[in-house]
Amino acid sequence: MDRIPILSMGNLLLVIIQFDMHDRLALALQDDLTEQIVKEQAKGVLIDISALDVVDSFIGRVINNTASMARLLAAETVVVGMQPAVAITLVELGLALTGVKTALNVEKGMALLGKSSGR
Amino acid sequence: MNLNTQAIDVSKFIKKYQYPILQDWMQNLKAQSVRADPAGDEQLREHCNQFLDSLAEALRSGKANDITSESWDEVRNLLTEISQARAKYGYTPNETALFIFSLKQSLFTRMLTEFAQDAATLVSIMWMLSTLLDGLGLFTIEVFQKSRDQIILRQQQELLELSTPVVKLWKNILALPLIGTLDSDRTQIVMESLLQKIVDTGAEIAIIDITGVPTVDTLVAQHLLKTIAAARLMGADCIISGIRPQIAQTIVHLGVNLEDVITKATLADAFVVALERTGSSITNRPLA
Amino acid sequence: MISIAPKLGSPEFQTLPLKTDENVVALRKLVREQLVAINFSLVDQTKCVTAASELARNTLKYGGGGQVRFSVLAADGSLGLCLVFIDAGPGIKDVPQALTDGFTTQGGLGLGLGGARRLVDEFDIESEPGKGTTVRIVKWKK
Repeated sequence: MDRIPILSMGNLLLVIIQFDMHDRLALALQDDLTEQIVKEQAKGVLIDISALDVVDSFIGRVINNTASMARLLAAETVVVGMQPAVAITLVELGLALTGVKTALNVEKGMALLGKSSGR
Repeated sequence: MNLNTQAIDVSKFIKKYQYPILQDWMQNLKAQSVRADPAGDEQLREHCNQFLDSLAEALRSGKANDITSESWDEVRNLLTEISQARAKYGYTPNETALFIFSLKQSLFTRMLTEFAQDAATLVSIMWMLSTLLDGLGLFTIEVFQKSRDQIILRQQQELLELSTPVVKLWKNILALPLIGTLDSDRTQIVMESLLQKIVDTGAEIAIIDITGVPTVDTLVAQHLLKTIAAARLMGADCIISGIRPQIAQTIVHLGVNLEDVITKATLADAFVVALERTGSSITNRPLA
Repeated sequence: MISIAPKLGSPEFQTLPLKTDENVVALRKLVREQLVAINFSLVDQTKCVTAASELARNTLKYGGGGQVRFSVLAADGSLGLCLVFIDAGPGIKDVPQALTDGFTTQGGLGLGLGGARRLVDEFDIESEPGKGTTVRIVKWKK
């Protein structure tokens, strides 16, 4: 598979990462997402990583950068479903993802995006 | 007369007098023990008999000077089994070693009559047997010690599991009341179970209450901070409550930065904040 | 040489090439399988897989590709996983500097080496400019 699908729901974009990505795939996702944000005039991006059992500094950085880019394009990013072991490892690694909003699951993530866009 | 043939002689001697030695040994054991054998008299007799059998068998191989060799496997296995059982039932090392040491008397008394005509042989056989039984006695103590260590290790793990209660206070609100001294290992386990519980319940706020914690060192404070950071990455917030004055002082002196963390004096205060955050509230209703 | 080096020739070490992005993904999967087989806790599995991923990426990006050798170790009644990353790339001029957080030569966050070191129990690095870099890590079962 050479692309991760991006679902469009109203003015939200939903990405569900379902398998371990190699680096090029992660970068391709970043490109696709930024393009889609502009094309769909999306106000929010939801990235579900609950199926990922490893997030290393590269993937972490891609997520962080994507959120920053989305913000420049006037869209809010929420990362949902990070597993405890992954979170503990990221903290140990020194990657706090400070620019990213987080939520426990897709539902709570949607609520968070709804709140911040004032709906 | 060399060591090997001597060992074989002793083996024959044990076989010849196995029954009277056994009787005598049992009596000695019972006279010196402060409590009944955990498995009962029958079992003890069985063990003693088996031991004499395997001892005679091992001696027959002629290798009386090396109890770690293969010929002694059965003896060692039997002693391991007995020592482990005794460790489990709370025997002292002394009582455990008594099993072997009480055999000496029975064996030696009988030898005195058996080898009475040859003093030189008697001395050298007794010396060999004494060294041998001392070695086996030490072996039982070693096994005993190891079993005790394992028991302690298992109890520690059980305690760790016992001491990690994560409770649900309200919809979307968890509490982790920590009690007792936190060491690094325990903090790590407690924190992992908190994060897992957050996923399981979907709680947005976790209150970590440290009212029952007497001291917090730098490492534990770091673990707390890392847990809070990890919870945030997962999409949940943590509140620390019940920081006692001494702990507040230590935290500041240690230079640990808790500024980005919500802290409250009591669990009740933290609960009110958590309720507000999750969109619930408490109102006082006048009593009818 | 790094102390484990003489053991490297022994057959219990498996070797995997690190030439492409896909190799890194394959390594993550392999390391996970090894750790599951020796019953590591989930957190320790994740830490070790992440460290392996960081170092594999270093080998690929900065070392121009290379290989990784790995094996299960047993010592003092405990089990561990040892991984050795080997490349013949340009090497690292200043190893202590490369280990500090935030140091980066290619615009990353600079958490790779230092971060990986924090995630494992043993970390040895040996590098010679012009010759290449070898990094050996061990994660022990708690």
